[in-house]
Amino acid sequence: MSLTAVAAPMRLDAQPGEVIERGRPLSFRWNGAPRVGFAGDTIASALAASGVRVFSRSFKYHRPRGLLSASYHDPGCMLQVDDEPNVRGAHRRLRDGMDVASQNTWPSLRFDVRAANQLVGRFIGAGFYYKTFMKPQVLLPAYQSVLKRFSAGGRTSPDDPRDYYDKRYAHPDVVVAGAGPAGITAALAAAESGAQVLLVEEEHDLGGHLRWGGTEDLARLHQLRDLIAAQPAIEVMTNSVVVGRYDGNWLAIVQRELPHACERLVKARAKVLVVAAGLIERPYVFQGNDVPGVMLSTAVRRLINLHAVRPGHRAVVLSANPEGDAAAEDLARIGVEVRRVLDVRRGEDLVAARGGGGVRSVQCHDGARIDCDLVVTAAGWTAPTSLLNMAGDKPVYVAEAARFLPSRLPDDVLPTGGIAGTGDTDALIAHARATGAEAARRAAGRGEAVRIPALPAGRHPEHFIGRTHGMVDFSEDVSSKDLLSAAREGYDSVELVKRYTTVTMGPVQGKLETVNAVAVLSRATGRTIGETGTTVWRPPYAPVTLGALAGRILEPVRYSPMQRWHEAHGATPLVAGAWIRPDRYGDPAQEVRNVRERVGIIDVTPLGKLDLRGPDVPRLLNLLYVNKWSKLDVGRVRYGVMCAEDGVVLDDGVTGRLGEDRYLMSTTSSGAATVWEWVEGWLQTERPDWQVHVIPMTTGYASMNVAGPRSRELLQRVTEGVDLDPEAFPYMHVREGRVAGVDDCFMWRIGFTGELSYEIHAPAMYGLHVWETLLDVGDDLGIKPFGVEAQRIMRLEKGHAIVGQDTDGLTQAFGAGIDWAIKLDKDDFAGKPELVWQRDRDDYFVLVGLQPEDGSVVPPEASQIVEGRNVIVGRVTSSRMSPTLGRSICLGFVAPHLRAAGTRVTVQLPDGRRITARVTEQHAHVDPEGVRMRG
Amino acid sequence: MILLPCPWCGPRNVSEFRYVGEPRRRPDVATTTPQQWRAYLYNHTNAAGWVREQWFHRTGCRQYFGAERHTITDEVRRTWRPEQAPAGAEPLLGVTDRAATTEAGPDAGGDVL
Repeated sequence: MSLTAVAAPMRLDAQPGEVIERGRPLSFRWNGAPRVGFAGDTIASALAASGVRVFSRSFKYHRPRGLLSASYHDPGCMLQVDDEPNVRGAHRRLRDGMDVASQNTWPSLRFDVRAANQLVGRFIGAGFYYKTFMKPQVLLPAYQSVLKRFSAGGRTSPDDPRDYYDKRYAHPDVVVAGAGPAGITAALAAAESGAQVLLVEEEHDLGGHLRWGGTEDLARLHQLRDLIAAQPAIEVMTNSVVVGRYDGNWLAIVQRELPHACERLVKARAKVLVVAAGLIERPYVFQGNDVPGVMLSTAVRRLINLHAVRPGHRAVVLSANPEGDAAAEDLARIGVEVRRVLDVRRGEDLVAARGGGGVRSVQCHDGARIDCDLVVTAAGWTAPTSLLNMAGDKPVYVAEAARFLPSRLPDDVLPTGGIAGTGDTDALIAHARATGAEAARRAAGRGEAVRIPALPAGRHPEHFIGRTHGMVDFSEDVSSKDLLSAAREGYDSVELVKRYTTVTMGPVQGKLETVNAVAVLSRATGRTIGETGTTVWRPPYAPVTLGALAGRILEPVRYSPMQRWHEAHGATPLVAGAWIRPDRYGDPAQEVRNVRERVGIIDVTPLGKLDLRGPDVPRLLNLLYVNKWSKLDVGRVRYGVMCAEDGVVLDDGVTGRLGEDRYLMSTTSSGAATVWEWVEGWLQTERPDWQVHVIPMTTGYASMNVAGPRSRELLQRVTEGVDLDPEAFPYMHVREGRVAGVDDCFMWRIGFTGELSYEIHAPAMYGLHVWETLLDVGDDLGIKPFGVEAQRIMRLEKGHAIVGQDTDGLTQAFGAGIDWAIKLDKDDFAGKPELVWQRDRDDYFVLVGLQPEDGSVVPPEASQIVEGRNVIVGRVTSSRMSPTLGRSICLGFVAPHLRAAGTRVTVQLPDGRRITARVTEQHAHVDPEGVRMRG
Repeated sequence: MILLPCPWCGPRNVSEFRYVGEPRRRPDVATTTPQQWRAYLYNHTNAAGWVREQWFHRTGCRQYFGAERHTITDEVRRTWRPEQAPAGAEPLLGVTDRAATTEAGPDAGGDVL
């Protein structure tokens, strides 16, 4: 006897359709002990071959659980594999060296102390979460910490290595969900009719139930696979699942275990979706139906025919359909002693299965008690209609067929195969062939409609629940008794019962148990199954990892051309919308002092820049800004504030006139996209007759601000073609010329920092060159770079408000304290009526400068300004320690009665302390007359 | 996610667009009353059924256009450029709805699920 045979006592001799590769043995560990299997085994089949019957403990009662369906949806074998929890053991293929462990067991799979829960089962029945652990409320945290140790789930660690997850878009004509004989045939027919097809199969191989069938089925399987392989218009995705269908056939498909990625989320826009999801065998509800060794007929046939595993030695089979009969034949063929076949169609039935860690005997309807170690049930089929539900279908129950059938679907969703009706393989294939051709026709939007033959609703016994109580939801440990007691308590609607008992809410999400739950409830309430209805199936069809949803990140990030320099010089990055900016290079206070005393340079590339051309630009500016623009001479720049139509401040910035019909508008960095859209909106909709051409130039120019008393001296060394003399190039003017050898640079004399400063906009491709040249030639002048934080300190010293920081979504323009800029004598501008009314009301909070009396205290931004015990009369919007003044300075909103200069206001700090601050004469704390920047 | 047929670019995911709103005529700022002006700003018909509305192809051609959409089924039966506006349709109006014009852009929020 070979070593493998010793280690795998349940392994059969070669089976005709087996998928294991006996020449490739694999070794792995199960709860620490070495085991062997073959390539092609699932983890569960390898374990079953080695004699394992108990794979896990159940969620609530900690009952031992074995294989039930031996498929992806098997609730009994969710396993921990290496660092990955909740692996579907009956789906995941075995790999060499895997470390597999059972979950939800303590201290071990065999001795589980929590199985004592079974003994107190009557206390933790339906709704026990809501009843038992709610009172007294003060104990709820204690309950939670205890319950957590009893709940299911594996373990993850923050130290686990990060895996790569991928994303992809696809635009197929037809997506076929499910690659059984019908799905394959529909895909082939669609492709032959000229469609590009994506065929998605949840399992590792194509073929559905043909794979575990007899000789005829296997012959057909190979034929279909050959046709698929020869058809270039079909892309095949195996081990992949369509998890959601959304409006317009927008499909979420998850591909698993790719060579280069853990998972990939495919967002597919299909013209037509063909749903060929097949049928899922449902368990039978009777006493002991979850004892290890009780399994579905499909599980038995998978184990025998795909993995050559003997499911047991002595079997009793309950069969309501030909598939159950076939399972009994398979068992007999491999030498299992089939001790009795109970034929539901002849009124025979199974009453109970007995055993602890494994089934030992069954009791039959006629009182017979039969010893066995395997009980097989073939009680019927559930149509997994999730994707149809997501397309708006409400499947209808057909009692003669004991199943739900699709009812109404949009034109771009077609069901075929077992989900659409009953028939032998030939009938299903004929239906699928017509469906595939019709799908291709609808995708193309032309051609003559293909007649799809109707699939009958074949007869099948309604055999859901036996004469004893048993498990309905194997994942959530909900029994038929629990459902009955919920119904007795008044939860008689299926949606209520679901939420009260958590039936269908576990990892299997109703695929095995929904129809049984409905059957139990309908019996309890005296209604039919059709009247009771099912719960709504929502996305996702199968669990999706957060990794698949999150990665790969496709969000663009923006860097200025000088980013490399910033990184090389130790800049701390600041995320500002889509931009990454230097926040500081060292100490921001030192950066401020260097600008105030010598000269500094900052990268302001993210500033929004719009090139505006045409004769109507002045009209546009007059309409968008609250101030006047008709008389802006060539070479001048002006500061402006924009409001939306509700009078709320939208953005601000400087616009310069570069030529007769040419202007450059700058916006805030964060407002660049909004303003561009705002400008286009006015020009395309309200003022389509105006001649203005808009070109976004934000990333076309590298922008830098050179600020400080020595900035003119620095620029004189590198500028050609521009007279920098203050008489020739005064404050609030713009000039075009050559800087550092680069033509077509613009220089604006403006002063956000409050210093003599020049904002240089150089063609982006030369940005780094200009930047490095300025730092190089300014070395002896003491030039140093400064970051966003230093600029924020300096603008606060100058009292310049930042839209969105010092204003919010309710700040109308007068509230921003910029009365001087608002020209209500203009005929029209955006938001004008609201500002007229705001001025007349005179009841608004207004932005003022504030200085704490104790200059060493810097109140945190958003600190409230209060009156009396707890009346809020304002808030601090910006607050910093000023390196220039050596004291704290702020901007803030105050109520109307507090806005006069000199008023003392009370600021409440987060720790509850209160300080006094004085309202200043103007926003500016440093050089309010603007002598420095005009110099 | 529905597809919207841009009259310039063809069908595109709706996440590429900004919903501008119902076409609304801007009152004369010289004579408007607060009531009229705020109706213009905030009041929407929000009908159930076929409506005419405006969209902006934000991450595409950046054009405003008109559309007829069924607000129950999300079916879009026609879209048009301003010069192709069907008889009885308002010209493009209603620039003021800026609900969706955030810096983050259309990809920052909802994803497929």
